[in-house]
Amino acid sequence: MSLDRSPRTPHRFTLAALLALVLTGTFFWGSPASAQSDEADAARCAFTKAEAVEANGGPLGQSIWGRLCQVRDGKPAFPEGVEITVTQDGKEVASATTDDAGVFVVEIPGNGTYQVALDTKTLPKGFALTDADLATLGAVKVNLGDQQVTFRLGEDTRGSRDLQDYLTTAAKGLRLGLILAVAAVGLSLVYGVTGLINFAHAELVTFGAIVAFVLNDAGMPFWLCIPFAIAAGCLAGYTSDRLLWRPLRKRNMALVSQMVVSIGLSIAVRNIFLIVFGPNSRRYTAASGQREKDFGLVRLTPNDLIIMGICVVVLIGITYMLRKTRLGTAIRATADNPDLAASSGIGVNKIIAIVWIICGGMAALGGILYGLSVTVTSDMGFILLLSMFAAVVLGGLGNAYGALFGAIILGVMQETSGLFVDTAYKFVVALAVLIVVLLVRPQGLLGTKERFG
Amino acid sequence: MSWLGVFLLALQTALGFPAASYALAATGLNLQFGYTGLSNFGMVAFLMMGAYGMAISADRGWGIWVGFALGITAAVVLALLLGIPTLRLRADYLSVVTIATAEILRLVIAARPSADLTGAARGIGGLSSNLGFFKPNFIPEGSYGIGDDFVFNSRQLWSMLVCWTLVLLATLLIRAWVRSPWGRVLRAIREDEDAARALGKNVVVYKLQSFVIGGVIGSLAGAMIALDSGSVGPARWIAPLTFALYTVVILGGAGTVWGPVVGAVVYWFVLDFADGALNNLWFDVSDTTSGAFRLTLMGIGLMLLMVFRPQGILGNKKEAFASAR
Amino acid sequence: MPDDALSTSAVATDPFADVPATPGAPKPDPILVADGVRRRYGGLTAVDVDHLELQRGVITSLIGPNGAGKTTFFNLLTGFDKANEGTWTFEGERADGVRPHHLARRGMVRTFQLTKALGRMTVLDNMLLAGRDQTGESALTSLLRPLWRDEEAANTERAHELLTRFKLDALADEYAAGLSGGQRKLLEMARALMTDPSLVMLDEPMAGVNPALTQSLLGHVTALRDEGMSVLFVEHDMDVIMTISDWVVCMAEGTIIAEGRPADIAGNDAVIEAYLGIDHGNTTTGEIR
Repeated sequence: MSLDRSPRTPHRFTLAALLALVLTGTFFWGSPASAQSDEADAARCAFTKAEAVEANGGPLGQSIWGRLCQVRDGKPAFPEGVEITVTQDGKEVASATTDDAGVFVVEIPGNGTYQVALDTKTLPKGFALTDADLATLGAVKVNLGDQQVTFRLGEDTRGSRDLQDYLTTAAKGLRLGLILAVAAVGLSLVYGVTGLINFAHAELVTFGAIVAFVLNDAGMPFWLCIPFAIAAGCLAGYTSDRLLWRPLRKRNMALVSQMVVSIGLSIAVRNIFLIVFGPNSRRYTAASGQREKDFGLVRLTPNDLIIMGICVVVLIGITYMLRKTRLGTAIRATADNPDLAASSGIGVNKIIAIVWIICGGMAALGGILYGLSVTVTSDMGFILLLSMFAAVVLGGLGNAYGALFGAIILGVMQETSGLFVDTAYKFVVALAVLIVVLLVRPQGLLGTKERFG
Repeated sequence: MSWLGVFLLALQTALGFPAASYALAATGLNLQFGYTGLSNFGMVAFLMMGAYGMAISADRGWGIWVGFALGITAAVVLALLLGIPTLRLRADYLSVVTIATAEILRLVIAARPSADLTGAARGIGGLSSNLGFFKPNFIPEGSYGIGDDFVFNSRQLWSMLVCWTLVLLATLLIRAWVRSPWGRVLRAIREDEDAARALGKNVVVYKLQSFVIGGVIGSLAGAMIALDSGSVGPARWIAPLTFALYTVVILGGAGTVWGPVVGAVVYWFVLDFADGALNNLWFDVSDTTSGAFRLTLMGIGLMLLMVFRPQGILGNKKEAFASAR
Repeated sequence: MPDDALSTSAVATDPFADVPATPGAPKPDPILVADGVRRRYGGLTAVDVDHLELQRGVITSLIGPNGAGKTTFFNLLTGFDKANEGTWTFEGERADGVRPHHLARRGMVRTFQLTKALGRMTVLDNMLLAGRDQTGESALTSLLRPLWRDEEAANTERAHELLTRFKLDALADEYAAGLSGGQRKLLEMARALMTDPSLVMLDEPMAGVNPALTQSLLGHVTALRDEGMSVLFVEHDMDVIMTISDWVVCMAEGTIIAEGRPADIAGNDAVIEAYLGIDHGNTTTGEIR
């Protein structure tokens, strides 16, 4: 155990300030994010693979394809002769121009990650991108041979936001923060009682979302899927402790080594999910047909309200459990000092098993709710993992309330930052906050300084 | 493909540039993780510094040596910026902060506003023609090897030669270091940094030195990858690359001099052989599935190694036993 | 017999002849002087020492019931924990706010309650690590073997001497993790000596050691004093303390409640009350960690 001996040395402040400055600089260097374009327009411009095959006069082969379309006077119009270029790691792969129906098919050598750029100079008069910055699509992943890409055309709608837009974004941030909190509490509790930073926590999150999807896909009503998926998550948490972590603890494996094991587990399970679930993103049945309702200050969908309601209830429940119940006291005691807890008659292994069960269930719920608010993918947990890490460290490693607090702050910051900085920097904000907090207050916002002896 | 073909193709990667570049990067990581116990989960950021240093230099017409200097300088600055605040804290913090920073840097590099410097998502191309990396290549044009599956062309051989030479130099340097009293302090810090402190060692300075040196070696590996492929884009520098390097280090034997080299060769051989075998046995396999299968294998391999043979191929059994106590 | 050694040296030059047995008593030749040292954790004050002087060249024991703040005080003095307030000097020079490795280089070496043998290093490497001011420990000069070869050889010789003295010489090439608990305690003490200290601070060196080895460890501790080093050690066992201490300092609830020769302490009411009152009456207090 080492200890931070000088938490307020001047040069840490200098460094923090420097880093904050650099990062803030990069944020404002970006331009404001684009607002959502009109859903109706998007519907008029919808384009399917069958249409593309027809327009191409044959199978698409290995390609990146799409159609440029802009709604003018309520009717879709298609620009001709627009140049689309595909590159990979800086090397041009191929290019194509749109035909009179606005369709383009660019042949590619195979699956991989490509950059697709639209040459705005070749756009005919009267056509424009809604966001000129989106002329290049950064990372287009092609997994199944061919991939559709969309460039949004229409009026540039940026820069016309009112108070309601800001508050709505903040509310969506709160929603993300609450989901993150639900998903991350388990990560924090496990760290508290075992000292393990579990990279495979990401896969517990994905697992819950996928189980719910599979049940939902098989015809079970979505809301009924939730308890089943949570139960599956609890079981997964318990199993991973019983079959893996407990034996490793028994062998006295160093925590760093355990962390490496969790990385291996995470990579393996994530890719098994990819094989089984496929590379596409899917939606729950309950996610469709959602329209934003105007609540005066904010516009939210019914799902948003349900999600936030579930999160609040669950988080209050877990806080109550930790604070008031005998089990909660035992968990906190174990986190404080496992030796002491053991000597006072609490079975440490039993406590840890219970924490893993809670962890698995909460992670599953977090995954389901995130899947409901965005989409379900085989790597969604991994995408959330850095934010969860950030939340847990922000609040204070091992402090369960800290994780709640950190997650909510982070969610709101991550979403609202999109109003002021380039959306490409959304995750950067989360990570930058984490690093700055570590520099200034290493024990986290709610953490207390470590005792030593 | 015949089984001999699968074998030879795997051997080609295991001796070729992929293994050489991984061996070089893993040598840097081994100093940090294997000898000093620093869990740097953002190693890929140092590779990125080296690769982009080279690419930016090529883009501006500054030449290959400026490219190396740029990459190394960036790696040193990054190591200091990350190390000074976090190396004082518990090991957990280093792991979280490094993985986060690597991802931040990748996103910043890939973001549109960075396009003037880094080419954003498109990246930077034309490195080989701008930098003349292949100019001193004395190996005559043509293909060298056995049969159709174990063949290298002149350019590949040149990349291999340069990169394996760097691996050898780096390994010999590390060997001299870890066998000196300086290396002894690093190992002591890995075992228990408070004990090292109590015996008068300035632990933070040693950790920082190890972190910087490992990072610089990582940046050289990144620069070599850039030179070999001729282009640099942001897509390659993701966390799984760091994890692959961990697999290499642990496979070969963390904290052993030649572990990274052996680890890289075996890693690439096993992965490519498994790939080929999979294609042979189960020919209806899509690229996604094959790539996912490969990573699944790596993940399971990393777990099993850590649990059942933490000392890796070259590690001392007694030493591994010691770590379990 | 340690008792005889103690009594003869005491008769010859008793450094405590004019020292009153009261907390904070001044000493004729102090190696360490602490003033107003306080450490708080949340609402709890773990250490609150007004004044303490440690006499040079003697064995001073720091005793007290569990949770008295002995280890915390130890950590503060050696720079491993940060005091909220207070100053202390070592060899007349300021020692508060100094980082632990600097204190170690100035000759204040400590051991830990839970031994910190460096498991995946050999016993000999454990010893060599402790060598002071090694040329080969700098990143640059370490690459030039001729610069440090002789120094290393000299250190190795000295390490072997110390290992022989501590009966560990046969284990020099074994990994330290393979040693028994008692052997690790010995190794840690030998390693501390390798740094040429003037003050050796031992945190419960006898804890968890079998009685036979305890005697040998006690012998080594008295030998340190006889070689001119000052020793401060934390201990529970009253018998041990009475046998080898020249001076005893007793802490309870973070403060020093008594100081004196072993005989003074044995009959001190405050000490007896502290031990009986806390050790047997209220076991939930626990050790301040």
